[in-house]
Amino acid sequence: MLRVGEWGPALALTPSQPIRPGSAAGVDAVTEELRALFIEEAAEQLAEFQAGVLRLEDAPGDAETVAVIFRIAHSLKGSSAIMRFGEITRFTHVLESLLDHIREGGRAVTPEVIDVLLASGDVLQSLVDRIQAGDSAPVEPDGAVERVRATIAALLDQTDPKDRCAAAAGAPRPTLYRIDFRPSPDALRRGLDPLRIIGQLAELGELRDATPDLSALPALSELEPERCYLAWTLTLLTTSAREELDACLSFAAEPGGLRIMPVPAVEAVAAPLGEWPRRRASDRDEAAVIRVAVDKVDRLLNLVGELVTTQTMLAQAVTDLSADGFAKVQEAVARMDRHARDLHHSILGVRMVSVKTLFARFPRLVRDLAQAAGKQVAVELCGEETEIDKSVIEKIGDPLQHLVRNAVDHGLEPAADRREAGKPEIGRVRLEAYQRGGSVYIDVSDDGRGLDRDRILTLARARGLVAAGENPSDEDVFALIFRPGFSTAATVSEVSGRGVGMDVVKRSVEALGGSVTLWTEPGRGTRFRIKLPLTLALLDGQVLQVGDQVYVLPLVAITESVRPAPGSVRAIDGAGEVVMVRRTPLPLLRLGRLFGVKAVSEDPTEGLVVIVEHEEHRMALLVDGLLGQQQVVIKSLETHFRKVDAIGGATILGDGRVSLILDIAGLIALARNGAGREAPMASVAAEK
Amino acid sequence: MGVSAEPASSTGVASPTSQYLTFRLGDQEYGVPILAVQEIKGQSMITPIPNAPSYLPGVMNLRGMIVPVVDLRVKFRLSDAGYDKFTVIVLVSLGAKIVGMVVDAVSDVLDLPATEIQSVPSLGGQVDAGFVSGLGRAGEKLIVLLDVAKLLDGDARVGVPGLP
Repeated sequence: MLRVGEWGPALALTPSQPIRPGSAAGVDAVTEELRALFIEEAAEQLAEFQAGVLRLEDAPGDAETVAVIFRIAHSLKGSSAIMRFGEITRFTHVLESLLDHIREGGRAVTPEVIDVLLASGDVLQSLVDRIQAGDSAPVEPDGAVERVRATIAALLDQTDPKDRCAAAAGAPRPTLYRIDFRPSPDALRRGLDPLRIIGQLAELGELRDATPDLSALPALSELEPERCYLAWTLTLLTTSAREELDACLSFAAEPGGLRIMPVPAVEAVAAPLGEWPRRRASDRDEAAVIRVAVDKVDRLLNLVGELVTTQTMLAQAVTDLSADGFAKVQEAVARMDRHARDLHHSILGVRMVSVKTLFARFPRLVRDLAQAAGKQVAVELCGEETEIDKSVIEKIGDPLQHLVRNAVDHGLEPAADRREAGKPEIGRVRLEAYQRGGSVYIDVSDDGRGLDRDRILTLARARGLVAAGENPSDEDVFALIFRPGFSTAATVSEVSGRGVGMDVVKRSVEALGGSVTLWTEPGRGTRFRIKLPLTLALLDGQVLQVGDQVYVLPLVAITESVRPAPGSVRAIDGAGEVVMVRRTPLPLLRLGRLFGVKAVSEDPTEGLVVIVEHEEHRMALLVDGLLGQQQVVIKSLETHFRKVDAIGGATILGDGRVSLILDIAGLIALARNGAGREAPMASVAAEK
Repeated sequence: MGVSAEPASSTGVASPTSQYLTFRLGDQEYGVPILAVQEIKGQSMITPIPNAPSYLPGVMNLRGMIVPVVDLRVKFRLSDAGYDKFTVIVLVSLGAKIVGMVVDAVSDVLDLPATEIQSVPSLGGQVDAGFVSGLGRAGEKLIVLLDVAKLLDGDARVGVPGLP
């Protein structure tokens, strides 16, 4: 009943209105969900498509690879047709023709073909991106889409002039058809949604009119919800052959319930391209969907099942509190504890995705960069199965891309230089991911010329970053390339390699709680090692005490903790206090005063100072004591409350109490701004 | 605490009724719409938030969620009743957010017909009239009905003079 009601508004079309995706309010939510799924799948398929094309470039005769990319194009055509993303359907159709030619052996895989295939992948990606971005205005046919389509058409022309009509859009004159379509009564029961089928028909051309025939509709009391009572008269302007229309509808039609008749055309207008579904603003959070491997879900189900069993066991055991029963309770509690831990661990695993999708873009990137630079470069990808938190994956792509770009552009020498140096002419760029302990490492390495220490040093001296007489260690010299502003434009980049925006790379990685280190050797190459936390949901923390309060400090920010010697704390007029640590004055922040908590150790020599560091700035936090280190689950304060200055989030400690996690950057900002009226803050710059 | 089963028709007028959870702050009875109430918890450990206004004692752990707690007694500048065995936290949901309110004691669940609810003229300063959605009459008792959304709309709301 409901379903019939839903179709009403969708199909009461005025003659000039083609069926537009999303115009039926009732099916919006479903469409929205399917659309998100489509986008995600398409992204995966396109990455696979591209990888396939690149494989094909290496082995042009490989029938299996051709079959793989044909399959991808075909399945994309199918899914886009279901979703009524007409432009993608039309484009993949043309692409399919080309791939079919290759598959049937009629066409050699020339570099030309590879280029057009890669370009097709790009075009499809941009079309998918546009759907994702939710362009609501009907988009004019994109220049790139038309260009690539024309190139494919030209390629097809060379071999088979007969196929031209499939490739060159709009060549034959469109015909107007009148279609009487009566779905078989059990269509709904068979899962055939007439609305969708008509929608697919509309993809073949311009649906001018759709008039439902309600005559068979019984009284409401007689109506069987799963029976299809409706029929339609459709008017379609299309260039497709009658057989295609027939194929589109016949399987759902009642025997004899389908008639397709050409109508003499009054006007022939080409089918409009590109109708883009409107996207609701609330659906724009892309990170909201995670595709989870089935085995992970199964594991979770198992664990929950175990937990339920143990709970039952516990419930039974407590009814009998004899000595025997008590032993059972103990056992059940121990089991429950184990299950809870496993469950926690597994749930965290749901957020983890493999770096495969992240790495997939690099073969193509390197190919294009190498072509542009006139170099020969081979990419090696290792450890693609390594898993990392989804939100980390999303944010690490750009920094990695930057490192790879630098490696190809600047790290690797031209072939002639390599030959001279006795190295293989083909340069090597390697991406490797692996897990060690609680961290994931991603190495980006090349076998190029390495960093030029002298150049960097000369430049640093010229800029006054290094004093003339000073001779810093290699480590310090190479660390200079991460300094903001050091690496702009024509600095080191032309001569020794790394350049543009290394500080951005460093900052992005640090924002994720990671770090970048580098190894380089002249003539042998350079390796950047990015260390990332396994997940953003967990934090290695130092638990500390101030008065009766317990705070968590990110372990990574702590350099050391010391008990101040008598006399080492000095007040500076109007600038708060400093504490001398190894003859270096550090601004002293009394956490208790800052947070309005009564600290036990008003006298600094009775407490501890924890020295923390964040981007060049150091300072000392006065606390009452350290309580130990532990991994904590980070929870947002903003979910139910709001952002709090100098607090990065909260966690729940073993006793169920909420503990606040300190945000070092925020604390330093507070200290530097001299905020906190109770505690005059040091404004002494923390730079060394 | 029992649910009052007194039907609305006892007033003789067929007017729409709403259910209110009533609680005590100092000597006064207050009420909030029962539909806004998520649950009631006894004493919970509250972690202070640095430099928060005094009516905001901190945040608490509600089954893994971190929710803020507001002390209405401080907010309404009642003499501090302190914490005893009747002090509870009423958790109310405001859209997607959950906020806890410390109250002296939970009293009852009342059906109040719309005819028994009057709008407020002025309350003479003790409670900002902006927080009050009306006055309910249940027998001899007068109940101050609070507008939860306004009351807890952000914490920076200048409901109590003298607070930032």
